[in-house]
Amino acid sequence: MSARRIDGGRLIDRTKPLRFTFNGRKMEGFQGDTLASALLANGQMLVGRSFKYHRPRGIVTAGPEEPNALVNLGKDKRFEPNARATTTELFDGLEARSQNHWPSLERDIGVLNDRFARFLPAGFYYKTFIHPRPFWKHVFEPFIRQSAGLGQAPRHRDGDTYEHVNVTVDVLVSGGGISGLAAALAAGKAGARVLLVEQSAHWGGRLDDAPDIDGQPAETWVAETVAALTNLENVTVKLRTTHSGVYDHGYCLAVERLTDHDPLGPGPRQRLWKVRAGRIVAATGAIERPLSFAGNDLPGVMLAAAVRDYLTGYGVAPGRRTVVVTNNDDGYRTAFALKDQGLEVPLILDARSDPGPVAEAARELGLKVAPGKGLAGVSGKGRVEKAAVAAIDGSGAVLDELACDCIAMAGGWSPAVHLWSHAGGKLHWDETDAMFVPDPDKPPLGADGKAMVRCVGAAAGELGAAEALETGWAAGLWAATETGHKPKRGAGPKAEPDEETPIAPVWVMPRGADPEKRAKMWLDYQNDVKVSDVELAQREGYESVEHTKRYTTLGMATDQGKLSNINGLAVLADARGEPIPAVGTTTFRPPYTPLTMGAIAGEARGDLFQPIRRTPMHEHHERMGAHWEPVGHWRRPYAFPRSGESVEEAVNREIVNTRQNVGLLDASTLGKILVKGPDAARFLDMLYTGMMSSLKPGRCRYGLMCSENGFLIDDGVVARIDEDTFLCHTTTGGADRIHAHMEEWLQTEWWDWQVHTLNITEAWAQIGVVGPKARDLLEALGGMDLSEEALPFMSWADGEIGGFKARIYRISFSGELSYEIAVDAGHGAALWEACLDAGESLGVMPYGTEALHVMRAEKGFIMIGDETDGTVIPQDLGLSWAISKKKDDYLGKRAQDRLFMTDPNRWKLVGLETLDGSVLPEGAYAVDDSKNANGQRETQGRVTSTYYSPSLKRGIAMGLVRHGPDRMGEVLTFPGVDGTETKARIVEPVFLKEAGA
Amino acid sequence: MLILTCPYCGVAADETELAPGGEAHLTRAGVESSDEDFEAYLFQRKNPKGVHFERWRHANGCGKWFHAARCTVTNEVFGTYPAQTLEPPKEILDEIVARRPGWTLETGP
Repeated sequence: MSARRIDGGRLIDRTKPLRFTFNGRKMEGFQGDTLASALLANGQMLVGRSFKYHRPRGIVTAGPEEPNALVNLGKDKRFEPNARATTTELFDGLEARSQNHWPSLERDIGVLNDRFARFLPAGFYYKTFIHPRPFWKHVFEPFIRQSAGLGQAPRHRDGDTYEHVNVTVDVLVSGGGISGLAAALAAGKAGARVLLVEQSAHWGGRLDDAPDIDGQPAETWVAETVAALTNLENVTVKLRTTHSGVYDHGYCLAVERLTDHDPLGPGPRQRLWKVRAGRIVAATGAIERPLSFAGNDLPGVMLAAAVRDYLTGYGVAPGRRTVVVTNNDDGYRTAFALKDQGLEVPLILDARSDPGPVAEAARELGLKVAPGKGLAGVSGKGRVEKAAVAAIDGSGAVLDELACDCIAMAGGWSPAVHLWSHAGGKLHWDETDAMFVPDPDKPPLGADGKAMVRCVGAAAGELGAAEALETGWAAGLWAATETGHKPKRGAGPKAEPDEETPIAPVWVMPRGADPEKRAKMWLDYQNDVKVSDVELAQREGYESVEHTKRYTTLGMATDQGKLSNINGLAVLADARGEPIPAVGTTTFRPPYTPLTMGAIAGEARGDLFQPIRRTPMHEHHERMGAHWEPVGHWRRPYAFPRSGESVEEAVNREIVNTRQNVGLLDASTLGKILVKGPDAARFLDMLYTGMMSSLKPGRCRYGLMCSENGFLIDDGVVARIDEDTFLCHTTTGGADRIHAHMEEWLQTEWWDWQVHTLNITEAWAQIGVVGPKARDLLEALGGMDLSEEALPFMSWADGEIGGFKARIYRISFSGELSYEIAVDAGHGAALWEACLDAGESLGVMPYGTEALHVMRAEKGFIMIGDETDGTVIPQDLGLSWAISKKKDDYLGKRAQDRLFMTDPNRWKLVGLETLDGSVLPEGAYAVDDSKNANGQRETQGRVTSTYYSPSLKRGIAMGLVRHGPDRMGEVLTFPGVDGTETKARIVEPVFLKEAGA
Repeated sequence: MLILTCPYCGVAADETELAPGGEAHLTRAGVESSDEDFEAYLFQRKNPKGVHFERWRHANGCGKWFHAARCTVTNEVFGTYPAQTLEPPKEILDEIVARRPGWTLETGP
């Protein structure tokens, strides 16, 4: 296949070749490959371009910390931008395209930015594009937006499905390396409910590094342990599942990739696990740090452990001739693995002057070690060709030059402390190992005030296998005990401890590098942040690590600084002349790796996005071709357009017909709350601004409800059923909210009052029969006496109509003669049809919410949510008549006496008639002659409702205007957004004077 | 995401079941109150870094209002109790003092 594919490869199956394409080129890989390993096997080192300078970028890592190898994956309905090639499992037919280049990966025009790199330092955008101001919006921003950005946004609806699952466990173990396996085994054997998740497709982590465990090869121990865990009923193990975040009180999110690696497989693509965990064991390992030397962003410069992973895991040699540069013992493991495969290692550069036994071991293998040396820089055209050697403490004078095609850099390890930090765990700086480790004295706390997360193994800074097993096992016992289990005695798994020579931190290589070299040392590969940028930020006063991050964009790329942050803040610390812990870290926030929007949405999309409430007549409306309007969770007919009729025409027809003949309104969504008890009347007197206790049984009264702040929150008709029972109607959208409002006051303030409330909105279907022929229609149906004498305006009666047991209210929201007939919800559809039949000869037509709105506006009735917006009090709306002067108190009374509420300059309700009869734009403001400090016109009023009135054949509007009621006849000017103006005269808010109610 | 145990139905309720209601144990200022007192009642809220008494409603559950004593820094929960009370019950105060020695209702955290 390729000269880069060598022997070995623990994770691949050479009997199963897979075909895939990269930028349209056909390539081959094996089952078990990642996209990155397969690309490397095909000699494809160049995989993308950097964000700012469009520099060529190669694969750097073998894990989720990858900053460079991001691809557009798939096409059409299965398209995902920014997919990390290093964690994307290869499958047959995979299609990948590289990102952030134009016109092609190899010939990219944006690389011009690189030539001008010295003119594009940190904060360049902030400094340059400020002036002249209009240029930002019209010149700079469009240009930057076009040339910025990584992957493409998907153009199609996601063709995959996703699901959510909720689980509660005693112990969540994150990470299936040897430490996590030991923890899961300890907790599982103790009887705790355990969920063990591993982000990759394999157990055991970086297995090739592990020594024998309990006397057997690590691979055997891992296989046996996984088998033992699988056999425990109280333990669930999941591969390809990333624990992405820890939240308050042990709430965790994990995403399981079910068919990402097998797109034709059955079932959903991904499953989001919502986990409540008693205790969390974070066995999340550590992430290797790059070294900062000049040219360290050239393709071919890779993390040492990644080079090793590709060799031993996938049988791929990233280079034939690899220079290893390290400051710790671990780098040697890569040199040994390369040597083992017969690949050339011309030199091991070790920053330490006395590397100790590991260097001896290397020399015994015939490898050349250069202690106290580092790289002066690497160079090459588009990829590594040459390495220059320098003394580590010097300024970079070149001692030697080596031809090579790969650099394996080992800069030490940073524990993956993300899960520890998400919910508030603190870190401390370990001077010996040069790493931030979890501070066991400052853990994230659970509801019980005790530690809820423990880090183990490399995540706790314990890089050795023996310590990983020991801390893992101990944490498993801890988590089981803390969640009420009693572990049996028994020894945990053991391995031989490994002695290593301590790391010698190197933040800039060589340590005395001049500014020119520092401007070529990359910290953040994706966002093009260099050592010189961080130093510049510090010089310009951005000394706080959070400020430096935002000024330079260090760590703001898709890898969120997994690779760059520690190096960056070490450089910042050096520039500030302070120790690293004094600088601290930026905040770790979930998710650990990006989640797809599909996984977050789960099943909640399309028809399942949210529940829809339907009235009993819904299907009938649908058959009539209703044009729907969402009102809260309800769907209400906006209008019932007939064939060939526009929605607007339908609305006008419905209004005219209702005013001339009779209309039917489905009013079932109106909120209905039963308030009952010896103290019900007293309670409603507190709740409404008007007096409800004086209402007689059999009668109805319009009421206003205010919050304790005085603002109007709802309105509706209250019917007194008997001495201690009231039925309170609320707005359609207000039923649940007002019921909750009632309960809040009953439960938390007047809990000794004997009142019971019940939201019975859905128990009734309610039909408004409205118009001059309303009574004729009901008489045609036949039944109870509905004459003026038997059922006067604002009264109600129980009885029978058309064979239906009904309660009929004589109330009106249109100004017309109007009855609202309430029946059991189950009879709603039958009554609706009976009304349509009975009214056929009278010209009955159903009408929708828009006709309802227009008709109420024609009569000057307010609508909650139009005339009110949470800042309006009843007094603003001319509703003082609905406020009782006799009551000592009601909710909002004291607030309405506050200075601001009694200010005579408050905007008040008026009607507005355009001079030319047109319809005022919604929400339009009336301007004043005066101007504010910014030279903008002051306003003196605004439109709250505006419609075309077919009854008056002109536009009508209601609005709030300063001193409005005292300015009848005055003309106001309403500028439109298009530069035109509309003039309107202030009038009384009742447009249609004659009343039929 | 918090878990609070509803003192009425006994359910250890997930935060998605709950609706927050702000500071607990406010005294309603009536129609006769001064502007200052009424303003304090409407707007002036404690915002302690530490122990806080707050109102919650088991909105997507039994519907009852209750009170919780919680540390605003660590989210440690000292206990929950019914809303029909004018002050925190003794057992809740004892629990707080046991875990935060030196804490008092008057001096706070």
